[in-house]
Amino acid sequence: MRYAYYPGCSLHSTARDYNLSTLAVCKQLGIELVEIPDWNCCGATSAHALNRDLSIALPLRNLAIAETMGLDVIAPCAACFNRMKSSNVAVNENPELLARMSDLIGMPYSGKIKVLPLLAVINEIGTETIREHVKRPLENLKVAPYYGCLLVRPPETTEFDDPEDPQSLDNLITALGAEVVNWPYKTECCGAGLSISKTEVVLKLTHDILSMAKRAGANCLATACPLCQSNLDLRQSDVEKAYGEKYGLPAFYFTQLMGIAFGLPGASLGLDKLMVSPEQVLTTGVRG
Amino acid sequence: MQAIAEDRIRLTGEKKFCDEITALSGQPVISCYQCGECTAGCPVAFTADIMPNQVTRMVQVGLEEPVLRSRMIWLCVGCETCTTRCPRGIELAKVMDALRETAVARKIKPSEPSISTFHKTFLDSVERMGRVHEITMLAEYKLRSGKLFSDLLLGARMFLKGKLALIPEFLKGRSDIKKIFNKTFGK
Ligand code: SF4
Ligand code: SF4
Repeated sequence: MRYAYYPGCSLHSTARDYNLSTLAVCKQLGIELVEIPDWNCCGATSAHALNRDLSIALPLRNLAIAETMGLDVIAPCAACFNRMKSSNVAVNENPELLARMSDLIGMPYSGKIKVLPLLAVINEIGTETIREHVKRPLENLKVAPYYGCLLVRPPETTEFDDPEDPQSLDNLITALGAEVVNWPYKTECCGAGLSISKTEVVLKLTHDILSMAKRAGANCLATACPLCQSNLDLRQSDVEKAYGEKYGLPAFYFTQLMGIAFGLPGASLGLDKLMVSPEQVLTTGVRG
Repeated sequence: MQAIAEDRIRLTGEKKFCDEITALSGQPVISCYQCGECTAGCPVAFTADIMPNQVTRMVQVGLEEPVLRSRMIWLCVGCETCTTRCPRGIELAKVMDALRETAVARKIKPSEPSISTFHKTFLDSVERMGRVHEITMLAEYKLRSGKLFSDLLLGARMFLKGKLALIPEFLKGRSDIKKIFNKTFGK
């Protein structure tokens, strides 16, 4: 299995741990990732806020480069995935737009490259194979699977899982030996892009999510998006202060949970970069 | 239903704005029947001035000024919940995008300046380097928005965790990116 890899800006900086753990678990599973050379920012979440053409053209340049590699694209970041996929859908629906956009990016593009979230590829591999790789089952971990918005919405664009009650992450977590917590906020929005410009809104939305996870009995969260993860983890102490509630919920990337279960060393998964320390849940939670 | 709505709007002669937004968003705004499903699921409705369903209604009847001056169009985070749930198949997130784009084109002062400044700063960073470099982008945002002391602790936390790249990554294809910006955003 060989794919063009689009890390996006976050995975090269604030979400290095997602990048590290993605590369580590893909290697274990025999998924070869070839980084798209000279990739550019996809413009999420600001380009579409201000200019439609720009929001289509930026991701398309990366897809056109991937086409020269002859490979379909994996984008682990949910926001990048969503922007790339919407751009791809838009040009496939409209040949005139495709011609105009190819001209704009100065590169030919057929529209035929597929864009996939990492979770879809892992889903494809199947829980049986995942189970075979598990060396340290994540016993006693009670995980709230948090998909966020952009991975599954809108379904006509993402063509992945169910927009209201997705299952892929749930199945993966179960295969890793952890318990999945049943909760209603799987796809609730965390306010993502407003984190810097309208912090109080994000604190409220993140509070709703964290306190619901806690009430549902979770002792950690699994995320698939760097924006969500940073709101839930980096901002967790701010939310605790603002709402006078203590959550103490580590917010893992799902790839970190996979790596732990596969028995990979914590440093290779960027576990040291988590703001809410996972030490306690892991020492009491994971056998072996 | 649709015919009645269209007739009514034709009578009041305010169809132009609706047509404009319909064309720009590619969405049949006219078919909204005010069920309120979009508003019920919208994460930012609690803090907005007008509700998402009011946005579509106001577009239908041509109340351009209040929509384009609303805080709602800037607060919308594009989470696609409304788009996913609308029983009339209106991709409301795209309507919000079109309204923001129109407000900017008409040079209407955004009623959520911190949000519009953030988007602008983010895109300027992409235009310059081809990728986003958090430290320079955040520093620039602080200067532009005047929020000099917000999030200093957050920045320090990220720094200590080695989550901020110190050196920006510049693209080889920077001139391509510049060209894309010139032909779209800079138009
Ligand atoms: S969900 Fe659709 S039809 Fe219902 S109010 Fe919103 S835009 Fe109108
Ligand atoms: S896309 Fe915008 S308007 Fe629609 S639910 Fe999300 S925040 Fe609200």
